Amino acid sequence: MECSVVFAGFGGQGLLFTGQVLARAAIKDGLEVFWIPSYGPEMRGGTADCTVIVADHPIGSPVVDQFDAAVAMNLPSLRKFGPRVTPGGLLIVNTSLVTSQTSARAEINELRLPCTELAARGGDDKLVSIVALGALVGRLGWVTPESVRAALREISAKKRPEIVHTDLGVFEAGLEAGLRVTA
Amino acid sequence: MTEPREIGVDARMTEAEAGRRSRVLMKGNEAIGEAAIQAGCDAYFGYPITPQAELLEWMARRMPELGRVFVQAESELGAINMALGAAATGARVMVSSSSPGISLMAEAMSYMAGSGTPMVLVNVMRAGPGLGGIGPSQSDYFQATKGHGHGDYRVPVLAPASIGEAMELMATAFELAERYRTPVMLVADGILGQAMEPVELRFRNPERHVFDWALTGAAGRPARIIKSIDLQPEVLERRNLALQHKYAEIARQETRFATECMDDAEYVVVAYGTAARVARSAIEKARARGIKAGLFRPITLWPFPTRELARLSRHVHGILTVELSSGQMVEDVRLAVEGRCPVAFHGRMGGMVPTPDEVVGALKALSGKVERTREREREQQQKRHSGLLEDRTGGHRRATEAASRERTQGAEVGVRAGTRGGGER
Amino acid sequence: MTLNPNPELGVRAAAPRLIYRKPDVLADRSTHYCPGCGHGIVHRLLAEVMTELDLPAHTIAVAPVGCAVFAYDYLNVDFVEAPHGRAPAVATGIRRVRPEAFVLTYQGDGDLAAIGTAEIVHAAARGERITTIFVNNGIYGMTGGQMAPTTLIGQRTTSSPLGRDAALMGFPIRITEMLAQLPGVTYAARGSVGDASLIGKLKAMIKRACLVQIEGGGFSIVEALSNCPIGWEMTPQQSLEHLNGPVVEAYPLGVIVDRWVVSQPAGAGSAGAGSAGGEAPAPAAGAGPEA
Repeated sequence: MECSVVFAGFGGQGLLFTGQVLARAAIKDGLEVFWIPSYGPEMRGGTADCTVIVADHPIGSPVVDQFDAAVAMNLPSLRKFGPRVTPGGLLIVNTSLVTSQTSARAEINELRLPCTELAARGGDDKLVSIVALGALVGRLGWVTPESVRAALREISAKKRPEIVHTDLGVFEAGLEAGLRVTA
Repeated sequence: MTEPREIGVDARMTEAEAGRRSRVLMKGNEAIGEAAIQAGCDAYFGYPITPQAELLEWMARRMPELGRVFVQAESELGAINMALGAAATGARVMVSSSSPGISLMAEAMSYMAGSGTPMVLVNVMRAGPGLGGIGPSQSDYFQATKGHGHGDYRVPVLAPASIGEAMELMATAFELAERYRTPVMLVADGILGQAMEPVELRFRNPERHVFDWALTGAAGRPARIIKSIDLQPEVLERRNLALQHKYAEIARQETRFATECMDDAEYVVVAYGTAARVARSAIEKARARGIKAGLFRPITLWPFPTRELARLSRHVHGILTVELSSGQMVEDVRLAVEGRCPVAFHGRMGGMVPTPDEVVGALKALSGKVERTREREREQQQKRHSGLLEDRTGGHRRATEAASRERTQGAEVGVRAGTRGGGER
Repeated sequence: MTLNPNPELGVRAAAPRLIYRKPDVLADRSTHYCPGCGHGIVHRLLAEVMTELDLPAHTIAVAPVGCAVFAYDYLNVDFVEAPHGRAPAVATGIRRVRPEAFVLTYQGDGDLAAIGTAEIVHAAARGERITTIFVNNGIYGMTGGQMAPTTLIGQRTTSSPLGRDAALMGFPIRITEMLAQLPGVTYAARGSVGDASLIGKLKAMIKRACLVQIEGGGFSIVEALSNCPIGWEMTPQQSLEHLNGPVVEAYPLGVIVDRWVVSQPAGAGSAGAGSAGGEAPAPAAGAGPEA
């Protein structure tokens, strides 16, 4: 098993952080993982994205052409990565920002989620990327939800202990959405 | 991110499994910095440049915490010359930068090589020439292995392919630097610097030695001088000969490489660092399509594993070199192979990274070419010889292949320890 | 060199008195410097000061590129060679890992005021606890007498054969005054090897610069104006006259800045502290921000 996902959107949407949560969860599940950001000036404003590769064997190429899953938190990200989801793969689109546009690809699973609303339901409407992570884990099950919760607790406990509860709440909202909706 | 995490270890879990789960996620730049710290680095000097800025930042935070030396210099020139001064006193010293900054450091590297000053320099390579870009690159291979500064000198160059390996090689770098009194370079690229991977927090702090050359103040002994200058040609030639002798010794003792899937390989991909990881994925894909491919990965770019590659080239059908450059290491590959088999090249530049599919394509092109050549040769032989002779040729080829398989089996990771005639380099 | 009393002549001999002694730290060999060159004098002063302050055993010095590249052959202390202009960076590295060492750079004007400006400025800006002896003879001596950034307007050199023309070649740099602007600089002064009295004052400056470092002050620098008879195409005597005339006019002598506050009560610390300050020439008018 070797799976890749790209988290893409605006700087400030927590995408790099969310990718790290997934990476830590993968370690807890005893998997191999590789996290790589698009770095440099791209980090400032505009789009920010990171790629996470999860595998049960040592990871070779750090560069991914076709993604097994993509999270598009805004329109530029949908345009950039929608076409690069592998046939049969999963595309999560944040409909809080991308209201009408779709990938227009029948051969992939497009999961359309109002991330801001779901995040608000979980406790903080800013944690949109955690919603997407929840949905990704719920739908694809690369890592166990337990490991993601443990990773969230671990990271937040160190940096901002007061938001652990909210992080977990938002993750659950995304997880439910991922499990419930059938594309 | 460095502190070991507490985990609830399942009693049924094997030790290896528990080890895997207790690994820590670390960014390449930070892992390299921490490995240097754990290897006993006394002083770090740096200057900000992408994509290695996190290494400088890591040292800025950690070194003062430990009561060690961190200085952000006014330039890369300043940084490496501070390193020169600190290293001259026998301290364990490290400097890091990325390609354009490394160019500025060439001058002092030459002085340090000439005067025998140990130091570790990390180059997180980015694309050039000039200011170029910040994307990953291996276009400083020539710079690292064939020159850098002026004068007849070499420095050992270590090229890790993963963050874990980079951590291990940092300790090796300090060891080599002190053992041979030479600057040592560790080359990564933007991807290795920026990526995060799970790593075990296993570190090595090489043994400390008392140096009979270090400048500590001439109390109770004659004054010591660390210098590279010698205006008398006869004396300077002797100094150069001593250096070359040292380099021959390093080539004999310290050549490192790794191989994968070589047991039955007919085609070999030669690649290092990030390119080797792409190659690893490509080899899997190629094998699924019927091309028996293996990986030969130099870990020391200098000394280059010339002898091992030469041996390999006698048994395989063809070699493909993959680099994040226009083709630099491939020159050393060709020198090692000496025409014994075809050597092809595939590379990307400017911060682009070849995909596994591209590499598979290049392998297919190479194997196709080799097969066509062999086919042509067979046809020509058929034309020239009788049917009786043709049978014998085919039998000979099969025997050679069987022998080649036997000889390449079992090679996984090698540190050359055997003897080798001097002057090969 | 003591007088040997001769009773036969009936001369009443004075008690033997030591009036000259070569400091041990000065190596027992002749230098490669040209006849009449001032480097030898500066070496000698440095050797005397180091001996008086008991520094040689824990000194780590940095040799430059230029005429003084072989300074390590003449001063018996630990030495490291620096690439051209980089001595202050090299000294910084030494200082940071060897807090107990006495760290010294010895640099010429090509080394310090041209190729090495970034290094000297930033070492000074960091207030690096090192002492720089800066020998300014207004020329690249080692390479055959080319124009330096310190060369005077109108001065002929092998690379300004018609004389330095400010319109084409810019103006001489008073780099010690520039450095003195920086708060990291504890002591900056300019002396000269022009005559015996000036040499005495120069020694006092060097001593104070060294004491600043010993006492834990910041960066200290002494610029020593010197002559280069060969590069200037003059006899040694002419070169001294030139030094004491136009050169000193362009580069005024004196303490440019002295921010050193003696940490210990007078007499309790090093004996040289007070007297060195007293011997130093008065600050040149308008030379430094605190002059």
